[in-house]
Amino acid sequence: MKTMLAIISNALCRMTGRNAGAQTVSELLTGLSEYVALTSPPPPASAQTQRQPPKPPPVSTRAAQLVSGQSSEQPVGPGARVVVSRSFADFTPQATFDIKKCDLHRLEEGPPLKAELTRDQGLQYYRTMQTVRRMELKADQLYKQKIIRGFCHLYDGQEACAAGIEASINPTDHLITAYRAHGYTYTRGVSIKEILAELTGRKGGVAKGKGGSMHMYAPHFYGGNGIVGAQVPLGAGIALACQYQGNDQLCVTLYGDGAANQGQLFESFNMAALWKLPCIFICENNKYGMGTSVERASASTDYYKRGDFIPGIRVDGMDVLCVREATKFAADHCRSGKGPIIMELQTYRYHGHSMSDPGVSYRTREEIQEVRTKSDPISMLKERMLSNNMASVEEFKEIDVDIRKQVEEAAQFATSDPEPPLEDLCNHIFCNNPPLEVRGTNPWSKLKSVSKT
Amino acid sequence: MAASLRCFLRSGKVTVTVRDALNQAMDEELERDERVFLMGEEVAQYDGAYKVSRGLWKKYGDKRIIDTPISEVRRRHAGLRPICEFMTFNFSMQAIDQVINSAAKTCYMSAGLQAVPIVFRGPNGASAGVAAQHSQCFAAWYAHCPGLKVVSPWNSEDAKGLLKSAIRDDNPVVFLENELLYGVPFEMSEEAQSKDFTIPIGKAKVERAGTHVTLVSHSRYVGYCLDAAAVLTKEGIECEVINLRTIRPMDVESIEASLMKTNHLVTVEGGWPQFGVGAEICARIMEGPAFNYLDSPVTRVTGVDIPMPYAKILEDHSLPQIKDIIFSVKKTLNV
Repeated sequence: MKTMLAIISNALCRMTGRNAGAQTVSELLTGLSEYVALTSPPPPASAQTQRQPPKPPPVSTRAAQLVSGQSSEQPVGPGARVVVSRSFADFTPQATFDIKKCDLHRLEEGPPLKAELTRDQGLQYYRTMQTVRRMELKADQLYKQKIIRGFCHLYDGQEACAAGIEASINPTDHLITAYRAHGYTYTRGVSIKEILAELTGRKGGVAKGKGGSMHMYAPHFYGGNGIVGAQVPLGAGIALACQYQGNDQLCVTLYGDGAANQGQLFESFNMAALWKLPCIFICENNKYGMGTSVERASASTDYYKRGDFIPGIRVDGMDVLCVREATKFAADHCRSGKGPIIMELQTYRYHGHSMSDPGVSYRTREEIQEVRTKSDPISMLKERMLSNNMASVEEFKEIDVDIRKQVEEAAQFATSDPEPPLEDLCNHIFCNNPPLEVRGTNPWSKLKSVSKT
Repeated sequence: MAASLRCFLRSGKVTVTVRDALNQAMDEELERDERVFLMGEEVAQYDGAYKVSRGLWKKYGDKRIIDTPISEVRRRHAGLRPICEFMTFNFSMQAIDQVINSAAKTCYMSAGLQAVPIVFRGPNGASAGVAAQHSQCFAAWYAHCPGLKVVSPWNSEDAKGLLKSAIRDDNPVVFLENELLYGVPFEMSEEAQSKDFTIPIGKAKVERAGTHVTLVSHSRYVGYCLDAAAVLTKEGIECEVINLRTIRPMDVESIEASLMKTNHLVTVEGGWPQFGVGAEICARIMEGPAFNYLDSPVTRVTGVDIPMPYAKILEDHSLPQIKDIIFSVKKTLNV
């Protein structure tokens, strides 16, 4: 009832140009009555001057059905009262969405089938995903200009995974992933500037230019790992540390469908289950391990079941709400002491494996295009919000413009910041170590290494 | 797959890239012996991560060219002769137990009953901008182990001749290629174009004759040594450049013979200095007859003793440059 009143009141205030902050029922009713007073129907002369309050949008919708994208534009008609200013508080503050059911392995119950989304959350997830998207596209551009060198594995298409996971864990939780890591580097708190400057190998990069694309780190974020699958035992180890310290933290350990066949994963599963480590193992299944499709690489492509004795859920990785709810479920599972859990996120990467892979020799352009049009994570969230009157088209545009500006500024920094100084060449071989001498390329070249700079 | 880039020169020589030379070698050996097959990540349908196996899957099919999952498992195939490609040798560390304990030691442990005719090949050492986990040189690691042969070709002739020998060898061979050399074209003699052309494992080659100093190197740095020699010759210093071709068994005799002529020795490698190829050469020289011919201690030119940084300026200074070789030669000669 309150939601209905809120919707009507907000709509009315939008029409009358008032700032709707009304939240209590009495305020809403007052607003309603004021509207009635304001718009008492005139003598039945012109029906055109009478304005109808817009119909409140349906409360619960499936994203798939919202193709038409009801927007919050003003109803226009001859003689219609035009509202000049619009208040962003006029939007639906919260809505509930149906999300895809997760396949379960060794679990009686799974994540909920509905997800609540507030306006603020929606805008935040949108902003996060769009930032990662634009940042990755900027990296593509810089790579083609040869300003970024070496390996560059881009994350565009998979943004809902990073955004959804971060929405459900705490900043004090831990996360480790493989080399397709720029998205997670951002969600774990590193600025776009520092990420791009690391890609361009400058001293302002998060690893001072020494790590590159695959080796970016942050507090509670352990990279960025180049060797396929090697991060999984590390993740289990971090979970062990959490358990050891009794700090109620957990570790999210990510790997891909290609890494899922690595033996070291199964060793990690065994130890994590045996010792009930608070580890969420997440397989980002984007259907291809470099150029090899999952069918050609795996005897079983049910990655959420590959942990055998570890419970698993298979999640729609293109839906940020689905990822969020599943991660919440998984986090609760771990924190309640039940041990590890596996999540398989079904997702997709638009780019090839890396910048040296065009990505079309082993999959069709049609397939890529189909995912872009039907399942793009950012579009899906945007349409949901628009159809439920949770934000306006202009608002999203403003966010886009702002993100573009930020990414441009970051790229500007990344291309103009100087390279690290030569004095830094040998530093950080060890931590907390007295300075040591390092042999250069010949016996007369004696270089210096310090631990802290 | 003889359809490599060919431009015909005088005297029957052609120009072939290292990639095509490797491709030819595998193609010829696959044709010659049915027991030979290639397995690795992306070697078949993708044509190889670095396109070394381009066209082979189309020609030989699923049975002979096998795409593997990302599981660096290397198994002996009774009676077969596998070529195992590591996408880079950095990934071989995941399988290194198999390479050493299963491949290298088996002939010995079985007193000759069980041969392991396997070739492990792939790019080794630094590339460009691939950072710490993808830039390590494994020559010293593998060459440390008895039971393995370790080969490190430089040019196209090396690549073709040595790979063919490696495939025909009944023992495990670690074949260290170099990504930056794949696309480099080299002249290939008429003899080298033959299907029976092999280069013996365990024999070094004098690429350039000289009198004042011996430069010993392997893989990419052979080219650097030749470039340094071209600069030094203008200053009246004649360098003899030896291309090791094989790290283990090392052709120490060739180094000694050269050293006894020039009296000065500089080793050049991309790997780290400690316990490296240059360190081994120094030790062997000391233990042999050539020691008395040294007019100054042996100089090692190596990579800097640090993990490989990403930033270009730092990466450039982490590896030997031609000027480092020139500097070292002059210091060694005390000029």
